[in-house]
Amino acid sequence: MRLLNLLKIAFKAIVLNKTRTLLTMLGIIIGVASVIAMLAIGEGSKESIRASISSMGSNMITIRPGADDRGPARGSGGNVQTLTLQDYELIKEQSELLSYITPVVNSGGQVISGSNNWPSTIFGVYPEYLNIKVVDLQSGSMFTDAEVKSASKVAVIGQTIVDNVFPDGTDPVGQMIRFNNIPFKVIGVLEVKGENTFGQDQDDIVVAPFTTVQKRILAIDYLNQIMAAAISEDDAPEAVEQLTEILRSQHQLLENEEDDFTVRSMEELISTFSSTSEMLTILLVAVASISLLIGGIGIMNIMYVSVKERTKEIGLRMAVGGKGADILMQFLIEAILISITGGFLGVILGLGATVFIEKFLSWPTSVALYSIIISFAVCAITGIFFGWYPARKASALDPITALRYE
Amino acid sequence: MDKEIIKIEGLTREFTMGAETVRALRGVSFTVKEGEFVTIMGSSGSGKSTLLNILGCLDNPTSGTYEIDGVKMKDLSKNQLATLRNEKIGFIFQSYNLLPRTSALENVELPLFYNSKVSTEERRARALKALKMVGLEDRMDHTPSQLSGGQQQRVAIARSLVNNPVMILADEDTGNLDTRTAYEIMSIFQALNEQGITIVFVTHEPDIASFSKRTIVLKDGNILKDYKNQSVQSAVAQLALLPQEEHSL
Repeated sequence: MRLLNLLKIAFKAIVLNKTRTLLTMLGIIIGVASVIAMLAIGEGSKESIRASISSMGSNMITIRPGADDRGPARGSGGNVQTLTLQDYELIKEQSELLSYITPVVNSGGQVISGSNNWPSTIFGVYPEYLNIKVVDLQSGSMFTDAEVKSASKVAVIGQTIVDNVFPDGTDPVGQMIRFNNIPFKVIGVLEVKGENTFGQDQDDIVVAPFTTVQKRILAIDYLNQIMAAAISEDDAPEAVEQLTEILRSQHQLLENEEDDFTVRSMEELISTFSSTSEMLTILLVAVASISLLIGGIGIMNIMYVSVKERTKEIGLRMAVGGKGADILMQFLIEAILISITGGFLGVILGLGATVFIEKFLSWPTSVALYSIIISFAVCAITGIFFGWYPARKASALDPITALRYE
Repeated sequence: MDKEIIKIEGLTREFTMGAETVRALRGVSFTVKEGEFVTIMGSSGSGKSTLLNILGCLDNPTSGTYEIDGVKMKDLSKNQLATLRNEKIGFIFQSYNLLPRTSALENVELPLFYNSKVSTEERRARALKALKMVGLEDRMDHTPSQLSGGQQQRVAIARSLVNNPVMILADEDTGNLDTRTAYEIMSIFQALNEQGITIVFVTHEPDIASFSKRTIVLKDGNILKDYKNQSVQSAVAQLALLPQEEHSL
């Protein structure tokens, strides 16, 4: 009953000072809204990075020959001949954390069909390649293990090749193409994957049996890389360690010798990229938090003024029987009402802003529930905290001192 | 009618203003019995307002004892004093002290907000009744700025009545008002007193004091005179004697 009365009194005070209350709330509203919107942008970009990397196969592990001399620019590790088919067979035999594995050889060259030609890359792999890359066929079929064994001249091609080599719209499946003057029969077309995170066209690719490419095109006996997929994303880091160990013993490396190969998992890549976007998110949230804090100080400021301005009223309320606790509660409720209403409006504005950003700026966003809860809680807490001090001051006044205050 | 509502003994009150100590009250003793109508008179600075504030439990005496309705004020905590003010005392301030931008009715309801025993309906009903007693029921929705001085004063009186106090303390309530309004206010007090409510009224106008049953005169913080009025004037009768043209409310 008493609390209800105080609630009414506080509510009345707020309604009587509409403009002032709204202006106070504005700080909180903007603060909460910006925290939510910033977090949504951060979460959204993190998710889109993760999604695009995952589309390249998030469990994927690649083994390249040569030491990791910092960075992917060292692409010509392919010239190093330390990775062999024996390595592949040994890994396949010994590692139990991998679901798929294939040796990879690749070569650049010209794809020719009739009068059309297109520069591309041919990958010699096992059929598992599709499972590792998480890619399907849009038409035709994949070559079989038997075709790998017999070094058949068949190939599966990506959409970019189709567009450039068969521009008149003929169904490429069943057609013949030549790669570096070796004829291949097209038996399938890969589904469209688009560009990856690094802007590489994932559809500009010819996939052929490993043996065909290694023997007939490249005429080499080593591998350019080994691709594998861990059983799950969580197993990837452990699989990387395991592979490293297997290869080190296979290559008979001494304790003090560096690896003559590089094992990388997509997980590392994801975390590198995520941490960049996380940094950005933290920065954005830090800025937004400051505005939330300023909103809280706004509440304190207004409550402080409100208490000063109404000192006489406080005195009167005490004179007619209001206790210190009543006065404290009245102003505290007022502060809480302001901050909670502000927080609520802020959540709505934040969600609205997020929708706006998504729709009109077409940035990826993702509203996390925790961002709503956190910003709302922070705003309620700042409201209570910053409202408490002036309220406490008001409640400690002597009735006669308060009444005499001018 | 012999119950002692107010009993003070050797009451002193000192204020420290910088290095100087002002002795507003220098040992005041008297008792007020239930149903009395007392005016406290004295010139400006005689300590009458200070005395009234102490009687209203708004201020604490420096020394001396104050018993209100048999309870020693010294023994009460801040919260108990608040409850006492809420339930037993109706205080009318010199400057009315109404809440701005708040209707007359809500102003009158205010003390009952702090009494958890009173329901919303009862609060409203009692506030209306109190407004009726001062003849302002048709102005209950007006805010103080829409009321004249005399009307504001009557809202303040209604507010002091709403908690059915055992005594009403009024501080120079007629000081700012014209004679006619002052007399009207006094007639309200006299009517209340008829109903058995104890009234202590501070003023510095002798003609106002003539409406009360007893007068205590203060001078420099001491009681100068304390006497019963032999011929109590009726405010209603005096009101009738006033010239008609002054009738403007």
